[in-house]
Amino acid sequence: MSLGQYDQTDFSEINSISANEVPTRARVRDITLSSGRVLALITLCSEQPGRPNTLWAASLTELKHVLDELKGRATAGEIHAVGIIGSGRAFSAGADLSMMPAIASRDAAMQLAQLGHHALGRLSDLGVPSFGFINGTALGGGLEIALHTSYRTIHPSAVLGLPEVGIGLLPGWGGTFLLPNLIGVDAAIKIMVSDALKNRGTVAAAQAVELGIVDALFPASNFLEDSLKWADSILTGSSSVIRDQQPNADVRGTLWTEAVEAERCRLARKVGIVPKAPYAALELIEKAKDGDRKAAFEREDQAFAELILGEQFEASLYAFNTVQKLSKRPSGAPDSASARKVTKVGIIGAGLMARQFALLFATRLRVPVLLNDLDEFRVTEAVSRIHEEIGGLEAKGRLDHDTANRIRSLILASTDLADYADCDFVIEAVFEETRIKQKALASIEPIISAEAVLATNTSSLSVEEIGTALENPERLVGFHFFNPVAAMPLLEIVSTPMTNQETLATAFATAKALGKTAVLTADVPGFVVNRILAKVMGEAAHAIEQGTSLETVERAFASLLLPMSPIELIDLVGWKVAAHVQDTMHDAFPDRFFASENFHRLASIQGDVLERDENGRVVGWTHAAQEVLETGVAPIGMTDLLHRIQDGLANEARIMLSERVVSNVEDLDLCLLLGAGWPYINGGLTPYLDRVGASRRSFGATFHEGKHVAAPIL
Amino acid sequence: MESRQKVTTPTNVYFVDGVRTPFGRAGEKGMYHNTRADDLAAKAIAGLMARNPDVPAERIDEVIIAATSQQGDQGLTLGRTAALLAGLPESVPGFAIDRMCAGAMTSVTTACGGIGIGAYDFALAGGVEHMGRHPFGTVVDPNPRLAAEGLVSPEALNMGATAERIHDRFPELTKERADRFAMHSQHKTHTAYQAGKIQPDLVPVAVTDSDGAMSLAVEDEGRRPETTMEGLAGLRTPFRPHGKVTAGTSSPLTDGATISLLAGSRAVEEFGLAPKMGLVSFAFAGVDPEIMGIGPIPSTEKALRKAGLTIDDIGLFELNEAFAIQVLSLLDHFSIEDDDPRVNPWGGAIAMGHPLAATGVRLMTQLAAQFAERPDVQYGLTAMCVGLGQGGSVIWENPHYNGRRN
Repeated sequence: MSLGQYDQTDFSEINSISANEVPTRARVRDITLSSGRVLALITLCSEQPGRPNTLWAASLTELKHVLDELKGRATAGEIHAVGIIGSGRAFSAGADLSMMPAIASRDAAMQLAQLGHHALGRLSDLGVPSFGFINGTALGGGLEIALHTSYRTIHPSAVLGLPEVGIGLLPGWGGTFLLPNLIGVDAAIKIMVSDALKNRGTVAAAQAVELGIVDALFPASNFLEDSLKWADSILTGSSSVIRDQQPNADVRGTLWTEAVEAERCRLARKVGIVPKAPYAALELIEKAKDGDRKAAFEREDQAFAELILGEQFEASLYAFNTVQKLSKRPSGAPDSASARKVTKVGIIGAGLMARQFALLFATRLRVPVLLNDLDEFRVTEAVSRIHEEIGGLEAKGRLDHDTANRIRSLILASTDLADYADCDFVIEAVFEETRIKQKALASIEPIISAEAVLATNTSSLSVEEIGTALENPERLVGFHFFNPVAAMPLLEIVSTPMTNQETLATAFATAKALGKTAVLTADVPGFVVNRILAKVMGEAAHAIEQGTSLETVERAFASLLLPMSPIELIDLVGWKVAAHVQDTMHDAFPDRFFASENFHRLASIQGDVLERDENGRVVGWTHAAQEVLETGVAPIGMTDLLHRIQDGLANEARIMLSERVVSNVEDLDLCLLLGAGWPYINGGLTPYLDRVGASRRSFGATFHEGKHVAAPIL
Repeated sequence: MESRQKVTTPTNVYFVDGVRTPFGRAGEKGMYHNTRADDLAAKAIAGLMARNPDVPAERIDEVIIAATSQQGDQGLTLGRTAALLAGLPESVPGFAIDRMCAGAMTSVTTACGGIGIGAYDFALAGGVEHMGRHPFGTVVDPNPRLAAEGLVSPEALNMGATAERIHDRFPELTKERADRFAMHSQHKTHTAYQAGKIQPDLVPVAVTDSDGAMSLAVEDEGRRPETTMEGLAGLRTPFRPHGKVTAGTSSPLTDGATISLLAGSRAVEEFGLAPKMGLVSFAFAGVDPEIMGIGPIPSTEKALRKAGLTIDDIGLFELNEAFAIQVLSLLDHFSIEDDDPRVNPWGGAIAMGHPLAATGVRLMTQLAAQFAERPDVQYGLTAMCVGLGQGGSVIWENPHYNGRRN
């Protein structure tokens, strides 16, 4: 027997770091199919009950041994096929991400990829056909198991994906070679690169059939029974599969390369060239076109090892774990047992924000939601606008007719404050000014019950100060949503020194029911997200004031990989708002936040402030802007500016932590990941600041010690 | 009052097809230990529909599933839940029914009644019992009046004790005869399996073993082909010290599900179906609960009478072997030999198991398979005893009958 690709590979490094692995066992049962042929069925079962199976060194090694044994039995004619399935509801969650921090050497990283190729590759080298029975979610390495088999069936509720690129990695157990060669380069790029980068790169069962990832879909009621019957029909030759999507010679020519090149260009525009993983994945996909599996796996080993040791993956994993952990269990949330039941919600106001709240609360909480305004016309108008929104969701199929009717009937409006009497939770959505908010809340307080919770929706005002107008300020909490309210996952819950536990518990329970990830913040100007954004905008304003060119400012900020440069963000929210925010923050922290007279000047002009090219990219100030701008003559250089930005952010983040604006650094990064869309590969903010040396420069230490990666639960 | 024209039209009733899951040994070591009862019922339904592709699922007018213990995974009106779990359209209605051991038989007769008056075109009828999860008689609360007023002897709730009672009443039915009948049952089932008679009507069920491995249940688990008279003679008598009934002459505790497809004449014609049996008559009858095992005697007499037949017209018998002695009592009553080849030719519950409310349809499915092999037989009987003193009997006609009795 000739030696296989990895038969002489040394796996000692990866084996030496598998002590804490939750083992996945590969159990085998022989199944006699109705044709009399025998299929050896492997069930992957995690040793930890209820946990989806994951793979690491010991599990891969066991799987490899099992497959070797089955190959022997196949050769001996004892078995005619091999099947593989996951126990419980998942097929496989793939590589155990919680073990990744244990990888400290290039050898270990390489060996993890090699061992995966070695073990899973056996599925296509058994001498008999192999079948992946995808009974549930198959992500990352989990899907790669099935990609190595000869045939695949899928359960209707199974979800597939190769999301590695989204966390700074790439599929390292064959995915970048097997997938494009199975379903074509375009679909493979979409799954492994474009969708993965959006952190929602999953494929539903029916779609998996359409794309050609799997060969057959069987009903949930009889999934394994039908899959086995189908496998038998393949073995006897009474059925066969046609793989239309499999790339032919034409596609393997220039089309393949063109598809990869097009995606490269798209990525460069969309996310820039700093993120390594998507480009590394694209390169592997490009080279996969020659069909040389052995060489492809070796390239994958190298690329995988390169990324796994890199800081982008480290930060991504930190971000991923932070989001996973804190979305489930927010830090600082009181025991939910003390939360009050919310059976009716009051919203003070009937404007745009009030309408967004009404739709969100009614859709998610399914309780009556009451809006108000001074005149009948405006409340009627508000209700009909909300009904239009609901109708839109219904037309898109997002709500069925009965549910849409139910939600429509939950939207109530009144001009009479007495109607708020039975609301358990009242949130104001009036103009952002302390006195107006105070008046709104104080007018409701005597009407509602003594237990009802009051929330103020503010992005910049002091919640405690608003509460001074109340008889019972301990029932007031701040609710800072992000725009658009329905889509943005973050909610900053602002607690004042007066806020009591029941109020806070109700706030967190309500946030959870709204489907939001809540973060507890102190009652300080800007809370978390707006404070950091104001810091960023202030640095931009400062540089401009000194006479720095817009281009230099934009280039300096580009290295932070923000979804939008501060100048573009200001242009979006409006120069007047930005000028006001900077003034507020400057008043609060005069030595650290820059108030910009130029923003006020730019806010005053008619027409556009920024000159844009045909792609909408900012290229400079408009003439009108240049006329009002007053700038100095000492522009700052790009590197100095970048350092000033980074150091300023490090200092601000450190102060926020020491002032306990949030209780820990993960909360800070969570806010920026979910509230501002800051990138995973920077871990939000603080891992980036550590990486670029800003933390050391600014305060002589780092936010994180060594590998700042907590153990995730997938 | 002026009488309105009837909205329904009477029709003949047909047993189109029947299947079952393999039967598993109840308890921790049994193959269905990790499988839910409602899933067993659903898999049986899915298997039946898959092999009758000409019958549109949306045309099923009723799904009736019996279970003796209707709680937990056997609660929630099984006919409806199993239909939904099996993927039948939500427009197909269903319900649960209970007559203890004759549950599935009652599902069938109830469906037949509805079809016979023309209310249903198609119905699914069957039963399930996961005796591992629902041992007989747990979580019941018998009315104290039953015992206080002598309506039901406390012994009557112990089925083994009722079997011993048959020995008391008919001393000529000896332990030796019961042992021999039981041994033959094991041997006949073994022979039938080897000849591939049983397997075609089994629906394989995916199961999870205790170590997490997935596997496929394809055969009845409790069979003991090695059974000998010596072995049976040495078994203890758990129901009575120095009694006569043993585990060897009783049906074992079993998990399993059965289902049948029933139809009226018009539906059979509309879809060009080839039914396996035609309904002739059915009857249920009550006896002293303390000796429930003799229940099939009066129910059979009643069913024969309603059909205008005599016992001599019956060419094949599928009698449930709750206990060997209880079958012997019926055979003796009708002067049929213990080893008459017309009786349970492929063995019975002593070998295959008796998942209480599921068994009725197993009897029918096996009779239907035998009909196909025996065009010389015109009529067959399925009969069984029922706890609390009842018997149930259904007489079927063989559509393959060629008019030439052997």
